[in-house]
Amino acid sequence: MADPSARSQPDTFPRLLLQHAEVRPKHPACREKDLGIWQTWTWGQVADEVRALACGLAAQGFRRGMHLAIIGDNRPRLYWSMLAAQALGGIPVPMYQDAPAAEFVFVLNDAEIAYAVVEDQEQVDKVLEAIPQVPTLGHIYYDDPRGLRNYENVTSFDRLQEIGRDFDRAHPGWYDGEIEKGAPDDVSVMLYTSGTTGKPKGVCQTHSAFIASARGGCTFDRLTADDSVLSYLPMAWVGDHLFSLAQWMVAGFTICCPESGDTVMTDLREIGPTYYFAPPPVFERLLTQVMIRMDDASAIKRGAFHHFMAVARRCGAEILDGKPASLADRVQYALGNVLIYGPLRNVLGMSRIRVAYTAGAAIGPDLFRFYRSIGINLKQLYGSTETCAYVCLQPDGKIRFDCVGMPAPGVEVKIAASGEVLVRGPMLLKEYYKRPDATAESIDADGYFRTGDAGVIADDGQLKIIDRAKDVGQLAGGAMFAPNYIENKLKFFPHIKEAVAFGNGRDEVCAFVNIDMGSVGNWAERRNIAYSGYTDLAQKPEVLQLVRECVEKVNAELAHEGSLSSSQIHRFLILHKELDPDDDELTRTRKVRRGFVAEKYKALIDALYDGKTIQHIETLVKFEDGRTGMVAADLRIEKAKTFPEASAQIAA
Amino acid sequence: MATGDRKIGDVLLKLDNISLSFGGVAALTDISFDVRAHEIRAIIGPNGAGKSSMLNVINGVYHPQQGTITFHGNVRREMNPHEAAAQGIARTFQNIALFKGMSVLDNIMTGRNLMMKASFLEQAIWVGRAQREELQHRRKVEEVIDFLEIQHIRKTPVGRLPYGLQKRVELARALAAEPSLLLLDEPMAGMNVEEKQDMCRFVLDVNEQFGTTIVLIEHDMGVVMDISDRVVVLDYGKKIGDGAPSEIRSNQAVIDAYLGVAH
Repeated sequence: MADPSARSQPDTFPRLLLQHAEVRPKHPACREKDLGIWQTWTWGQVADEVRALACGLAAQGFRRGMHLAIIGDNRPRLYWSMLAAQALGGIPVPMYQDAPAAEFVFVLNDAEIAYAVVEDQEQVDKVLEAIPQVPTLGHIYYDDPRGLRNYENVTSFDRLQEIGRDFDRAHPGWYDGEIEKGAPDDVSVMLYTSGTTGKPKGVCQTHSAFIASARGGCTFDRLTADDSVLSYLPMAWVGDHLFSLAQWMVAGFTICCPESGDTVMTDLREIGPTYYFAPPPVFERLLTQVMIRMDDASAIKRGAFHHFMAVARRCGAEILDGKPASLADRVQYALGNVLIYGPLRNVLGMSRIRVAYTAGAAIGPDLFRFYRSIGINLKQLYGSTETCAYVCLQPDGKIRFDCVGMPAPGVEVKIAASGEVLVRGPMLLKEYYKRPDATAESIDADGYFRTGDAGVIADDGQLKIIDRAKDVGQLAGGAMFAPNYIENKLKFFPHIKEAVAFGNGRDEVCAFVNIDMGSVGNWAERRNIAYSGYTDLAQKPEVLQLVRECVEKVNAELAHEGSLSSSQIHRFLILHKELDPDDDELTRTRKVRRGFVAEKYKALIDALYDGKTIQHIETLVKFEDGRTGMVAADLRIEKAKTFPEASAQIAA
Repeated sequence: MATGDRKIGDVLLKLDNISLSFGGVAALTDISFDVRAHEIRAIIGPNGAGKSSMLNVINGVYHPQQGTITFHGNVRREMNPHEAAAQGIARTFQNIALFKGMSVLDNIMTGRNLMMKASFLEQAIWVGRAQREELQHRRKVEEVIDFLEIQHIRKTPVGRLPYGLQKRVELARALAAEPSLLLLDEPMAGMNVEEKQDMCRFVLDVNEQFGTTIVLIEHDMGVVMDISDRVVVLDYGKKIGDGAPSEIRSNQAVIDAYLGVAH
């Protein structure tokens, strides 16, 4: 590399790693809590570890262009494995660690996986179970040796690195040569789409696409090497790849891996990240926990909490955005900050947060306002696996809960005649792996990618997403039917966890509802309503009444929204089981598989539209350990009040 | 694919002709059996068969009127629980015996109590030896926490935990003592299927990873037959069977004791 400008702006991830090791060798690059203590690796150490690992893989026969499966919770060594594969010109393929072995088979075969780095015994067992159906797979490496002592044909991570160090000594300069050979247009990672429809597709993203997205994001939010993030979202998800790998490499900040999935809350508090990313359900769960604990607090604390939260609702978001607020409000807010908001942020582990993002699904206005009003700079972004999770970002000070932000630097957004959102920019996928048909279908002649989302551009230039384009249908009367829009309104109530609306081609809208076990369970306990489990609780008359009130509030809102007023929910039922990815009802990213659910519960839909009052249903469920069982229940079908269409008014 | 190079060793604990009675009630009559190093030995039997009494004899809570106990080659008639613990015997109880108000971490730390050498004064001002020692013990405790996957409740008071987790904490405390012989009194009683599976896995892992010899009392026959190497069957204080699970399964005396016989 003679060109000095190219030196200052490395164009592949391995080169970025080398640059950090040179510029800030002593700066912490990653942390992991092990045996109760946070362990730290500096950039210099990470570069050494990755080097040993890459050489180890090379010694074992891993070559340019091969795919490396990575399966496990967020662990520094798994992130290093991604970098090691990239250094050799290979392509890491992170996979969802909570999927059962049967689901591994498709991806392992599709990506022709021969090498896999996995976290622990659980994942080794699953991969070994898949092996008879995956002829290519021959090399398995594991991070955590516990319980694996007597396994044959699997190698420990430490052993792999030992082999690598020997190989490195025997072939000096070989590793650097491999990094030299890398080009920005090489595929840097393959991420599988969650597959809301059909089989998952492997999305091939290049170094340049992810680096451009990460640079854009870092500049936009002024991220530096001094920031820190908690890496706790599935590594196979594009969001984690952008935040914990691409931006980590570009900005050089510190990523922190929690001790285990169950300790994320504690670890969040201990680390106090400055930059945070979570899908709406996480924010929802945090808020529910806070509210449940406040309900159990003493009267004085509860009083103070509700008083200052009212103040925050009135002026908190304005003060955060630097908008005008009255002096009295400012004084009250400052006092609240000392007494309530500060301690609350601390409990949530958000004391140091500069920028927090949410994406992946619509976020409820109350939820969004809650976090902003207590001084957490929560914003929304919009993107998908095919666009490196980088299309729109909300700028500081221009926050709207119903929009997902302005087009990010370097990104063009336009709306097709059909209402579909089209995007173009450096962050687009190279192709779907081995699926030229799908690639051709998703990118039009002008190079615009079809997102599959229906949206509009609001008057201030922000993008507003309405629904998945293919889900938008029509009621029998001709009015537009956007199921997601209705479901999101329902899900904004803390008592409702999931909802599925039906109405395409029908006269009226009906819906399935899943109650939130934590929130409704606590509600029932406080009212001395005894229940034995989800199925029982869901059919309690009091619970049905509770949900009906929520549905009717949604109907009242819809009545004010012009063309959507005919989408009011006429009848609903509460499902006897929670929709679950293990039963294929949700994707691994927890999105409803609409078509599948409609088919599976056809009897229930018919009952909703036949005007029955009760319907018996039996369903086969899969437990986490792979066994199955039956759930049977008599479901009550409830009518909800609807409202006459009111004159349309603009939502605040 | 659990067991592999785990080798069952020589006799670690041998009980000869043990008889124990409380007044006129004979709890154990002339019982002999042995436990080999690194094995999982189950004691089963109907209610009141004398299983818990047997464990209490082994760790010195009860003193048998007759018979001898040979542990690590040392023959003894009786000793107190403190000595038993010092010799490397740890146990859990049928009814959980933890300090409810203390955190999980502190509870497990008590398992290290016997190994703390620093004086009361040194510990009170936490200098020198006391400090070094605590760090070292804490590390061991953290390893146990990691092993039993209870990191998320490290700082939770034990009284707030569900039953299944309390049982796991109790096992953790016993493990913290790094025992060579671990006595488990109904480790899976009152658990649901999932908790039982977890517990089985932990028992097997302890045995495999640390080579700990385990004597356990359990009512769930499925569990006993699955995880133990050898089984002793007691009924009315007498030994009515002893052998591998497959032998026990077909032993007529055992079947009669469990299902009853026609008179």
